[in-house]
Order: sequence, then C-alpha cells, then structure tokens
Amino acid sequence: MKNTVRVHSFHGGIHPPENKKQSTGAPITMAPVPSRIVLPLQQHIGLPADPVVKVGERVLKGQLVAEAIGRISANIHASTSGVVTAIESHPVPHMSGMPADCLIIEADGNDEWIEHQGLEDYTQLPKPELIEFIRQAGVAGMGGAGFPTDVKLHLGDDHIVNTLIINAAECEPYITADDMLMRERAEQILGGIEIIAHLLKPLHIMVGIEDNKPQAIRALHAALDNSTLNLDIVITPTKYPSGGEKQLIKLLTGIEVPSGKIPADVGIVCQNIGTTTAIFKAVTYGEPLISRIVTVTGQAARHKQNYEVRIGTRFADLLDHSDVDREQMYRLIVGGPMMGITVEDEQIPVIKTTNCVIAGSVQEMPPQPPAQACIRCGMCEQVCPAELLPQQLHWFAKGREFDKARNHNLFDCIECGACSYICPSNIPLVQYYRFAKAEIRKEDAEQRKSDHARIRFEARLERLERAKVEKEERRKQRAADAARAQAAKKDAALTPKPASTANAESSEPDLKQLKSNAAIARTKLRQAEKALANAKDKGQEGVDTLQATVIQLQEKSDKAEQAYQQAQNAPAKAPVAAPASSLKDLKNNAAIARTKLKKAEKQLADAEASGEGDISALKAQVVTLQERTAKATEVYENAESGKDNSAPAIALDTSGLEADIVAMQGKVDKAETAWKTAVESGSPAADKMAAGVAKLKDKLTALQDELAAIKNASIATAAPVIDTCELEADIVAMQAKVDKGEAAWKTALESGSPAADKMAAGVTKLKDKLTALQDELAAAKSSAIATAAPVIDTSELEADIASMQAKVDKGEAAWKTAVESGSPAADKMAVGVNKLKDKLKALQDELTAITTKSDAKQDETQMQSEALDMKALKQQVSIMRTKLKKAEKQLAELSEDEKESALASELIAEIDQLKLRHGTAKTTYDTAEAELIAAAAQEGIDLKQLKIDAALARAAVTKAERALTKAEDDGKQTLEEELLAIRAQAEKLNATLERFSE
Amino acid sequence: MSLIRITSPHAHRSGSTGNVMLTVLLATLPGLAAMTFFFGWGTLIQVIWGTLLAISLEAAVVKLRGRPVSFYLTDYSAVVTAVLLGLALPPFAPWWVMTVGIIVAIVIAKQMYGGMGSNPFNPAMVAYALLLVSFPVQMTSWAAPFVMSGEGWAVLSLSDTLSAIFSSIPAAIDGHTMATPLDIMRHRGGFTTEEMWTESTLLANGIGAWHAVSAAYVMGGVFLLYRKIFTWHTPVAMLGSLTLISTLFFLIAPDQFPDPFFHLTVGATMLGAFFIATDPVTSATSNKGKLWFGAGIGLLIFIIRTWGNYPDAVAFAVLLMNLCAPFIDQYTQPRSYGHAKPNRGAK
Repeated sequence: MKNTVRVHSFHGGIHPPENKKQSTGAPITMAPVPSRIVLPLQQHIGLPADPVVKVGERVLKGQLVAEAIGRISANIHASTSGVVTAIESHPVPHMSGMPADCLIIEADGNDEWIEHQGLEDYTQLPKPELIEFIRQAGVAGMGGAGFPTDVKLHLGDDHIVNTLIINAAECEPYITADDMLMRERAEQILGGIEIIAHLLKPLHIMVGIEDNKPQAIRALHAALDNSTLNLDIVITPTKYPSGGEKQLIKLLTGIEVPSGKIPADVGIVCQNIGTTTAIFKAVTYGEPLISRIVTVTGQAARHKQNYEVRIGTRFADLLDHSDVDREQMYRLIVGGPMMGITVEDEQIPVIKTTNCVIAGSVQEMPPQPPAQACIRCGMCEQVCPAELLPQQLHWFAKGREFDKARNHNLFDCIECGACSYICPSNIPLVQYYRFAKAEIRKEDAEQRKSDHARIRFEARLERLERAKVEKEERRKQRAADAARAQAAKKDAALTPKPASTANAESSEPDLKQLKSNAAIARTKLRQAEKALANAKDKGQEGVDTLQATVIQLQEKSDKAEQAYQQAQNAPAKAPVAAPASSLKDLKNNAAIARTKLKKAEKQLADAEASGEGDISALKAQVVTLQERTAKATEVYENAESGKDNSAPAIALDTSGLEADIVAMQGKVDKAETAWKTAVESGSPAADKMAAGVAKLKDKLTALQDELAAIKNASIATAAPVIDTCELEADIVAMQAKVDKGEAAWKTALESGSPAADKMAAGVTKLKDKLTALQDELAAAKSSAIATAAPVIDTSELEADIASMQAKVDKGEAAWKTAVESGSPAADKMAVGVNKLKDKLKALQDELTAITTKSDAKQDETQMQSEALDMKALKQQVSIMRTKLKKAEKQLAELSEDEKESALASELIAEIDQLKLRHGTAKTTYDTAEAELIAAAAQEGIDLKQLKIDAALARAAVTKAERALTKAEDDGKQTLEEELLAIRAQAEKLNATLERFSE
Repeated sequence: MSLIRITSPHAHRSGSTGNVMLTVLLATLPGLAAMTFFFGWGTLIQVIWGTLLAISLEAAVVKLRGRPVSFYLTDYSAVVTAVLLGLALPPFAPWWVMTVGIIVAIVIAKQMYGGMGSNPFNPAMVAYALLLVSFPVQMTSWAAPFVMSGEGWAVLSLSDTLSAIFSSIPAAIDGHTMATPLDIMRHRGGFTTEEMWTESTLLANGIGAWHAVSAAYVMGGVFLLYRKIFTWHTPVAMLGSLTLISTLFFLIAPDQFPDPFFHLTVGATMLGAFFIATDPVTSATSNKGKLWFGAGIGLLIFIIRTWGNYPDAVAFAVLLMNLCAPFIDQYTQPRSYGHAKPNRGAK
C-alpha cells in the first residue's frame, strides 16, 4: 500500500517501545453492565452539563440525564438503565486529582434502551438541524481533549475548510483502541466521515495513520472499496507524537498551524477516528455517546484487550473484568504513558475521552532515578516536535527567568514528554515547563490586575481633573456673566426703570448668583453711603444726587436681598434630578451611620463586659455616633418627604474616607503582625489580640463599605457622562484575560489536558463579560462619535501616536546603546521597548478604527440628507423670516404720510404673504423634524440618549477649547475651525434636545 | 500496593549521563592507542595518572560540597576531563604538570562553578591553556615519534618513561623529544613552507605519525556521531571553516602559509573537533548556534596558529568561543513550530 499523498515530516519525535501487541490479540468485547455508573457532569471541554433528572428518578439507557449549557458543552446520557441515587462530588479522571460533580446511577441490570431513532436520510436535513442532532447525542472529541464535536462541525460556516484530517495515528504506546476500532468497524468510521464531509464540504479528506497498524490500514482500504467516499489513507512513519494535532497536520499537509492559532485558521479541521463512529451511531441509529472502546493493558492486567465500555463504568469494574493483579499494579494510568495521567482511586469512572487504562507494574514503569545535572547534550532539542530548545527552557525555568522562557516560546510546548523521555540526565523537563507556565500565568494575572487598576486610577484622576477644570471654567463664565450683568445694571441705573428686579425674576438665577448679587448691592450701597458722607463732610456739590443714588441703591440692595431670601426659601425651584440621586446617598449615609453606631455600641458593650479598653472614650464615641445617626436619618427623612432640597449640597468627602481606610488598613496590618508574633511566641495575650484584630477588621470593612456606597452613589449621579476611558481600560484588561484564557485553553486542548474543560468554561464567562463591556462601550462611543466630531479624537490620537512613536524610537536607541555597551540593563530595556511598541500599535489600531467609523458615519449622514433635507428646509424658514423682517422694517421706516400711500398697503400685503409663507415653511420644517424625531425614537434614540449626546458634545466643546488655549500658534487656526464645527454641532444638538423636550 | 501519583510522561528511555560519558571514553581509545603506538608510553601514563588525580579530587570536592559522592562520580565526567587533558599534554610532561592541570580543571574550572553542567569553560582546555602559559618549556617539548629514529620500535621504554615523568631528576629524554610540527612550522625563520619540508627532517619524517593520530581521532568522532552523542554541526563547521580559511591563504601565498591538509592533520585539530569543541556544556545550544560556534573555533585556530605566539591554538580558540556561546545562543534560536521566524536577541 503506497501513499498517494506526499508525507512531510515534523521535527524531532521519539520511538518509545510500542507495547501495542499485547492488547491486539483479542477482538473488542463488550464489558459487562456494571452495578453502578458514575457520570461526571463534565467529560468534555467547556461548561459542565446541567442535570435534568432528579435523585430517585429511574432512567433508561440512552436517556438524557444532563444537558449542555452554552455553546461549548455536551449532553450526557445514561449509559444503562437504573435509578439515579445521587448527584454529588466524586473522584474523576483529571490531572488535578480534584473530585467533581457526578451523577450516580445504580444499574438495574436490564440495560433497557430508551426509544431512539436515527435519521433515514441525513442529507435531506438542513445542516444546522443535523448538527443539532449530533449535539443532542453528546458527541465530544474522543481522542483526548473531549472538545464538543458539534462546535467543530459548525466550522464550515465561517471558515473555508480545505482539508479534513481524520486522526488515526494513535502514536502513544500501549493504546490500541483506535487500531482495533478500525480493524473491526471500518464501515462505521467511513459512515461517520461521510457525515462530517457532508457538513464541512472539505476539498480533501485524509486519514492519517501510523505504519504500525497494517491490519487497520487493510480494513480501511477494504471498506473504502465499497464506499463512494473520496479520501486518502495516508500512512505515516511510526514516530511519537505524530498523533499530535499540529504534528499530524504538518505530516499530511506540510502546513504549520501558526502559533496561537487553531487548525481551522489554516483551513483544516481534525477529527479523531473514534469520534467518527460516535457521529455515525448518533445519526444512523439515534444512539447517543454512551460507550467507547477502552484498551486495558499493562503488565498487571492478565487479560490485555480492548473493551467496549459504558461511559461511567468505574476503573475498579474494568480492572476486575481484566483480572488485574492489584499486588503487581504500581501505577494506574489513564491514557498513554507519555501524556496520560495517573490516578490513585479505582472508583474513578471511564469518560468520553478515556481511551486506555494501563495497570503498570513497577518493572515496566519504575520510578524515575534522581535527576543528574543537565549537560546540554541537546538530545531534547533533537526530539522536540515543537522545535524548541528544551534544555534552555529548563535552565530558565530552574532559574525563574520566565521572561527568557517565554521568549524561547515556552507556550508552544505541547507537553508531549519527548524531551523527558530522551533526557540522559533523567530531568523531569515537562514538569519544569508546567511549573514555568503556571508561574507565568500567575504573574500575568497579577500584572494585568495591577495594570487594570492603574489605568482605572489614571482615568479617574483625569476625569476628576477634567471636572475641576470644567468647574473652574463655569466659575469664570459666571464671573463674566456677573460682570456683564453689572454693566447692564449700570446702564439700567441711568434710566429710571429698575431692570434688575425684572432680571432677577425673569431668568431665575441660582442661589449663588442671587447671593452674590445681594452682596454686590450691599457693597455698592456702602460705597455710595461712604461717598455721600464724604461729600457731606466736605460740603461738596452734588450731595443731592448722591443722596438719590444711595436711596436707589438701598432699594436695590433690599430687593436683591429679598430675591435671595425668596429663592432660598422657594422649595419648588430646586433641581429636579437632585433628590433621586442624593436620596440614595442620604439613605446610605443614614444606614452607615446606624451601622457605625451599632458597632460602637457593641464595642462599648464588649469593653464593659471585659472591663478593658477606654470605656469613657467609647461612650463618648457612641454618643457622637448617636447624634450623627439621628442627624443622618433626619436628613434622609426630610429629603425623602421633599422638605429638604439642599441634598446635593451634602459634601461626600471620599478622600477623607479613603485616608481613614488607609490608616485603618495600617492599623489592621500592625495588629495582625503583633498578633502573629504573639501566636508564634505563644503569648497568652494572643487571644485578646485576635479579638482586637477582628474588631479592627470590622471597622475597616465598615469604612470600605461606606466608601463603596459613596462611590456607587456618586457614580450613579454622574451616570449620564459615561467615562469611556475607564470602560476601555476594562475592556483591554478583559480582552487580555480572554486572550490569555483562550491561549491557555488552546494549549490545554492541544495537549489534551483535561484541565481544558474548566478553562473553556472560564473563557466563555470571560467572553460574556467582555461582550457586555464592549456593548457598553459601543453604546457610549456611538453617542460620543455621533455628537463629538471625530476629528478631535483622531487629532488627539495622532498626537498620542506621534509622541508614542518618539518614545519607542528613543527607547530603541537607548536599548541599542545599552546593547552595544553591553549594559546589563539592555534586557529590561528591550522589554520596555516592546511594551511601548505594543502601546503604539494599540493606538494606531484605535486610530484606524475611529477613522473607519467616522467615514462610515459620514456616509450615513449623506444618506440621511438625501432622504430628507432638513438643512434646506431650515434654510428656507430662515430666508422667509429674514424677508419678513425686512419687509416689516421697511414698513416701520415709512414716514407718517407715506403710510397712507399705496406702497404701504403693498408692503402690508407682502408682509401678510411672507408671514403665510414663513408659517408654511416653518410647519414643513417642524413636521419634518418631528418625523425625524419620531424615526429616531423608533430607532431607540430616546430623550436620555439625546441628553447624553448633547452633554458629550458640550464636553467636546470644552475639550476643544482647552486644546485651543494650550495649542501653539501655528496649530491654532485648525483647532479654531474644529472648535467652531464642534460648537455648531453641540448647539444643534442642544436645539434638538430642547425641541425634543417640548 | 498503593498507587503513586505523578504527572506525565511515565515512560523514560533507560540511559544516563554516565553512559554518555562512557561512550565518549570508548571513542577516545583509538586516539589513545595511536598516541601510545607512535609516541610511546607517555600518553598512557599521563591519562592514567590524570584519571586517578581527577577521581580523587572530584570525590574530595563533592564531599566538601556535601553531595553524594558515588552519584556524582558515576557520571564519569571527571574521567573524561582527565583523559582529554592526558591526550593533549606532551607525553613526557612531568607529573606535577598534570597535577596542576587536574587541580585547575576539576577544582577551579568545574566544581567552583557548580560542578558538571554549570561550567562556562571547557575544564580540560582551561587547564591546558594555564599550563601552556605557565610552563612553556615543559609544554612545548613533545615526544619524538618512533619513526624518527628509523630503527623501528624505538620509543622510550616504559620504565624510562615513568622515571622521566615521575622522578625529580630529569631523565635523559633529550633524544626523544622534539618540537611539534606546528612549532617547527611556526618558527621556521626565513624559510618558506616549501623549503621547510626539505630543510627540517624532523618535520618531514614525523608528520606521518601525526596523520595517523588524527585519523584515529576521526574514527572515534565518527563513532560518537553514529551513537548520536553529538550532532555533526560543530565538527563539520569547525573543520570546514579551518579548511576554507587555510585554503584561501594557501592559494594567495603558498610559500608563506602551510596547506590546509597540514592544518587539519597536525596538532590537536581532530581531537578538538570531535572531543573538545563538541563538549555540550560549554558550546552553543542550537544546531544553528553550533555551526557558528564551530566555525568560530576553526577561524580562531587558523588566526592564532598563523599570527599568534603559541604554536597550537585549539585550547585558546575553544575557550574564546566558550566565551561567545551565550551570545550565540541568543541569536540562533531555532524557528519553533508555527512561528514565521525565530526569536532573536535578549528579551
């Protein structure tokens, strides 16, 4: 039998003793129905299944007992009929040795099937339904990792599948499950492949099989002769680990799956040969995956052969059936000797991925001799299928030089064990890599956490700074307004009509303004009185006028004072939004005060009981707290009943609180240290100290709660202005988490680590979180982009990028100098430079994203304007208005006698007409706008959104103004233009908002 | 029997570092035999004396370091060091030369750096270089090959050799020593290389012994290659670069520079190529790195032999390249599976 396909080769590999002959002598037989079935809820990668049966319920063979949750998960079915006796924690085959939730069924021995039926012609079924049918059967990869098969069958949707590879290499020593399956059930295998091919429509199908299975190859060929399937059976030289997914892909196609990618990214889908039969059975007979072929071998087993075993059968039953000599058994391995895991407990069940159980004797798997020093002989390098430098990785792991280990592609290690196998110094290399990987993951997690915290903190600082600046500007604005008002008043003073009162009444100025008005009026009055006194003293002229002025000012001052008093007492005019947010704060405050009081009271009681501590001080504290509580409660109640409208004025001094917390934390730490020392020295005071520490901790928690409450409240109040910076930081951190999780999961998947299950679940959760965050951001951004001109964003970004680029250049130059001068800091610099580069890349990406977005936005606007030209309409209205005004002016300018003339009547007629036309135009415009608003409302842009948009636009204006003040002369003009554009937009939005609110 | 719980892999190839070292020792036998045959008992005595010293010193230091003595002795790395130094030293070097050499090699160059696997320099070559600069007289008087006398088996007798090495009074070995061909060629005065072949009978008659010894080393080296103790990269690169550079200069000025065959077959070239430069501990790691490492040694050998003060250069060349090995390692990482290009430099 010759290959029709060229077989490539992968680097390295080893030839361990195969030990396969022992278990191929006897045909596959059915293992007996065990008395008890233990079904772990997670036998696959992804989320554990959710039980759908209750304890005590009778289940039939093939009945669904646990349901897949989420996309990456798999159904679990009862593998025999019986009664569910428990759903509890039970030892499972997992690297960690941790027990997991299992569903336990006491078999009744009848092995009674549930009603089931296959598909008559699966090709008639739409693909999604067929995939769902397979998913219902709980089929998961049977090669090692247990990846839910249906997920891979969907790959045809969004990936172009060029090549379907069926993995029949079975390169691990001892295992013969796939070999025997091919020998005896080749038709089922081909049937399964047909179904997969129907779903994925690959251009090329290959079955990769090692040349140490001639009988299986013959059987497959024989079956292929009777099949219409067009596939190549590719015989590869026997070499471990040719069955590794990436290695097999290299062997059969010459393509390397890029690091960090999955085979589907290069148009390849791999399926294990065992999985194909499971698919076949599911589709043809409607049988879920409830049994699999398991090799039972090892020197301690007297009957070494393959069994078809019901999933959930405990090893103990299987070992009994194979007549394993427990005295001789030294190691019980699930899987192969190279990548399998040892288990200590025979109660562990067979799961969907269990392909082999080795009852090894001490002779065949002796304990490893002590490790000698590494002499860098490089044998590991010669056998490494990932083309790594295992010896270097070992030194790095040993020396905790994790950066270097990572730089040497530690994470491309598939943990195949070839290096450990070959090492003449018997160094447990794989264990070193696992250790290094775990350490790096831990470090990364910590790094991300701190980065996240830092970014958030910086964003917060920035926001506070911004708020401060805005506040300052508002203050300035107010000052300017006041100055203008004063000037106006001066003018008004010249005329007898006192305009100030009208002003004060009409525009409802805020309390502060009124107060300052009153103060100003008082000062002026005093000045005038002084001037009057002076004039009187000196007998100067104009005393009368001064007298009159003083009287006038006196009136004004009184009025201002009165207006202020009125405004202060007017409850209805306080801002509407205030009570809602401040009420929460107040409630929290009251609650916190109560908690504090209770704590203090408890402390006091404790102190009194024990007779320790400063009771009088505690009492005083309690009294103070009582007062505070009462006050807080009162304030809250007042606010709630609408009596108190000065709620927002209550200062929430978080900085003070934070300081308190820090101090308290310090106290706690100190107390804990003292307590630990006491415990170590066996001091009898330790107990008391412990109590003290607990108390301090309580206090700390209370403070932290308080702070959190305040922060929550303040966040709630500040809600409309969504801070995208913080969100983005969150997203970046989350994305990193997801990436890492996925990478880890992929690695786990590739290495067939059972930890992958949990990882997948974690990844899914993380992804959900990420999506939520992204949605939030998108919402925030879409409004921001819609309103704020993207120009500003990009210019700012571009500036950022330029400065980042400069930083990178500088860093690189510094690094090169360091390298040339052989400075030891070069390593660190290189890391720094890389980080900078990453940042730069991120910024550039952001810029691209924004540019594309803004382009898209522009297109959108164009389309809208085509549909309904609001601008033109508005213009028309204003033209009409201008014409009308002009006409009216003309009319007014006509002299008395001319008014009688024909011209006047003509003008009047024209004005009437213009008025009509203006009215029509205005109506058209209003209707159009109303339509627009209605449409917008239908699209989900509500008032709130508009408000947010307007607020953001205003913020953009402020930002632009700030940028303008900061900008150098040459950049000023563009900035000014930008500012104008933004202002216009903001004004437009404000106008729309006003209309909308009407 | 209670089951044990350990992580994969559970299968290991039987083998140990001791076996690797024993294979290397086995491969030195042809060279040792050739040396003994052509230059007399001296080399054999040096090897045995050196081995005894090395084992006892290694045991003493390991004990001082509080490690299990037999565990560390059975890696045979000390024996390999002693044998290689024995092969490199002049056969009639006095006993104390070897003693100083072994102390330097085992105690200073190896154990003080943390024992096997942790030494940055090849211990045997550190010792050799130190001896050469410290005791140039003893280190440059080589034994005359027996073919010189033209009387057949005329090497110094065993007892005379023993007394030459171990007695405090220098024995009458004058008739039995000579400079090495490299030395002769290096200090040839105004003669051209062509003229030297006719001018110096020592050179012309003795060269065959060196060729034979080199051939014996090649045999041992090929055996080690076959046993996959090392890969072909280092020796091929080293011999290749030496051949290339010497051919180049030979073609430019044949009367000023000896021919490439001379460079390859005299001195410690073959010993260096197969037994010294291939020391995995102190050489570059990756296959690509080994190519650079070997090429560097070949180049340095030619440079030092041609323009340096010392006639042979293998020790210095190897030590210099040992110095470069960590640097080479940083720039010669292999391209890992799934990566477009290899990682380079320190990160």
